[in-house]
Amino acid sequence: MLRPAGRAAARRGPMAPPRSFIWTRRVVLTALTIFALVPVYVMVSSSLKPLQDVSGTFRWIPSPITFSSYIQMWQTVPLAQYFVNSLIVCTCAAALSVLVATFAAYAVSRYRFRGRRVFTLVVLSTQMFPGILFLLPLFLIFVSIGNVTGFQLLGSRTGLVITYLTFSLPFSIWLLVSYFDSIPRDLDEAAWVDGCGPLRALFRVVIPAAIPGIVTVAIYAFMTAWGEVLFASVMTNDTTRTLAVGLRDYSTQNDVYWNQIMAASIVVSIPVVVGFLLMQRFLVAGLTAGAVK
Amino acid sequence: MARARTPTPAPARSARTDARAGGAGHQAPGRRRRPVRRRRPGRLRRIGLPYLLLLPALLFELLVHLVPMVVGVFISFKSLTQLYLTQWLHTPWAGLGNYRVVVDFNGAIGQALLHSFVVTCAFTAIAVGLSWLLGCAAAILAQDSFRGRGLLRAIFLTPYALPAYTSVITWAFMFQYNNGLINYVLHNELGITSSPTFWLLGDNSFIALVTVSVWRNWPFAFLVVMAGLQSIPREFYEAAAIDGAGVWQKIRLITMPSLRPVNQVLVLVLFLWTFNDFTTPYVLFGNGAPPPADVISIHIYNASFLTWNFGEGSAMSVLLLLFLLVISGGYLLFTSRRRDA
Repeated sequence: MLRPAGRAAARRGPMAPPRSFIWTRRVVLTALTIFALVPVYVMVSSSLKPLQDVSGTFRWIPSPITFSSYIQMWQTVPLAQYFVNSLIVCTCAAALSVLVATFAAYAVSRYRFRGRRVFTLVVLSTQMFPGILFLLPLFLIFVSIGNVTGFQLLGSRTGLVITYLTFSLPFSIWLLVSYFDSIPRDLDEAAWVDGCGPLRALFRVVIPAAIPGIVTVAIYAFMTAWGEVLFASVMTNDTTRTLAVGLRDYSTQNDVYWNQIMAASIVVSIPVVVGFLLMQRFLVAGLTAGAVK
Repeated sequence: MARARTPTPAPARSARTDARAGGAGHQAPGRRRRPVRRRRPGRLRRIGLPYLLLLPALLFELLVHLVPMVVGVFISFKSLTQLYLTQWLHTPWAGLGNYRVVVDFNGAIGQALLHSFVVTCAFTAIAVGLSWLLGCAAAILAQDSFRGRGLLRAIFLTPYALPAYTSVITWAFMFQYNNGLINYVLHNELGITSSPTFWLLGDNSFIALVTVSVWRNWPFAFLVVMAGLQSIPREFYEAAAIDGAGVWQKIRLITMPSLRPVNQVLVLVLFLWTFNDFTTPYVLFGNGAPPPADVISIHIYNASFLTWNFGEGSAMSVLLLLFLLVISGGYLLFTSRRRDA
């Protein structure tokens, strides 16, 4: 950690950046801060306004301030139900995704087998294809599975869970492989010598050592599922609708309840923003490592 | 810590094969094998275990990605409409019929697709360019430590942390004609426009779409470039300082060239995300995106799920896939060769 001290010294010394640089920095970074935060401000301030204020000309400062939209939003739309649906779907998808990714990453990290490269390439490359490409056929496949087995995946939470868990799989596997690689092999070999099978070595030794990575992957999977709109718009029905689609219900023929939409948006954002903040360091490192590597 | 680490090659592979040579002599020498386990030498188990571990991942990938991809190609040759939906395997073949309709640029459907494609290309080029520019500028300017840098970083990541649909819906509110912030600032406060503007209808919808897309994507560019900056050796800057290079010269001569490998991947990822983005236009405009902002993902979605003409929708999807493959492959080939030269 030599950097901060070194930089500070450089700044105090004759190599301090010129005024042109400092002013450019101030202007650009301030402009970007405003750009990034204006929607957040609008979200918060509008959620505190009564309906006639968000329907009329925009005003920066909400006056009078009211919290009624935070109460009414649960009645205008079955938000609680959407919330529960989203929670169930995203939690299941995240948990399964982590489990599946852990097994796969363990195999890729610890074994050299035929098809290892092909597997990693195929999994990673599915990430680049547009969702719309899979949507139609998957829709049909779910219809067929429903016809053949009588188990309707379309409109069910299970169908959505299966779909979502694959979305985060490539990133999760990739992140966990690099995580497992950083855990010394001697650890599992010691476990093998002690008579553990490879699976027990995974659960007793490798997973406990990789908890931060696994939590990161879980949060990433949860966030991915929480924000997904395309598949949710086609694969859910009235009872299984998730928040991503449900928020649209606030626009009715006569009125758009903008204050309630903004209030709901804040409430909906809280779980993922909290998760993001908690795991920010790991997530950022994990997300960027791929591109830098 | 989740650091970038090159996957370690199996260490001491030769040592392991040596160890095995005594007990399992019947196996071909030098074959890639997982580490030897002395207790249970069952051959099937030893070879099968990694595949068994991969099986769940493989099954889900097959179900959600690979099989649908094949099915997509399959139904692009079928004349699949709403009538056959539950019996889609038994729909009549259309041969190349769907493709003929879709690329017939004199017909209504082909023309609309071409228009949508052109719109998407323009949208992607502008949005990726701006996202990259903003992210790069922010990362380079915030490279040195100064007061409030950590806070700034957290602020810059906000657009990235919020669920996409909540922030896009907020932008939709800001772009409203009567009660939106944008018209209020431009028209009422600054007086730039003589009358309020329709942002979500007509030609301006393109500007609105680009704005929201850039807002959502530049933090990612910022993150990646920031990480890339950390891998530039400090000696480079020190050497340049000794040679008398100023801040701007350092950025031009050291930072930008060193970032090239990072930018190569970053631009490709931004391109794919923006080109395929569905959430932004869908939440911003609802089902009916105005023609100037009718990007390809929305176009295919509507062609498939509003008209229920799955055959034509799939043909469009397959063409889109081919286009993305050609562009990505070509891009990687081109940029890698230039890097080597």
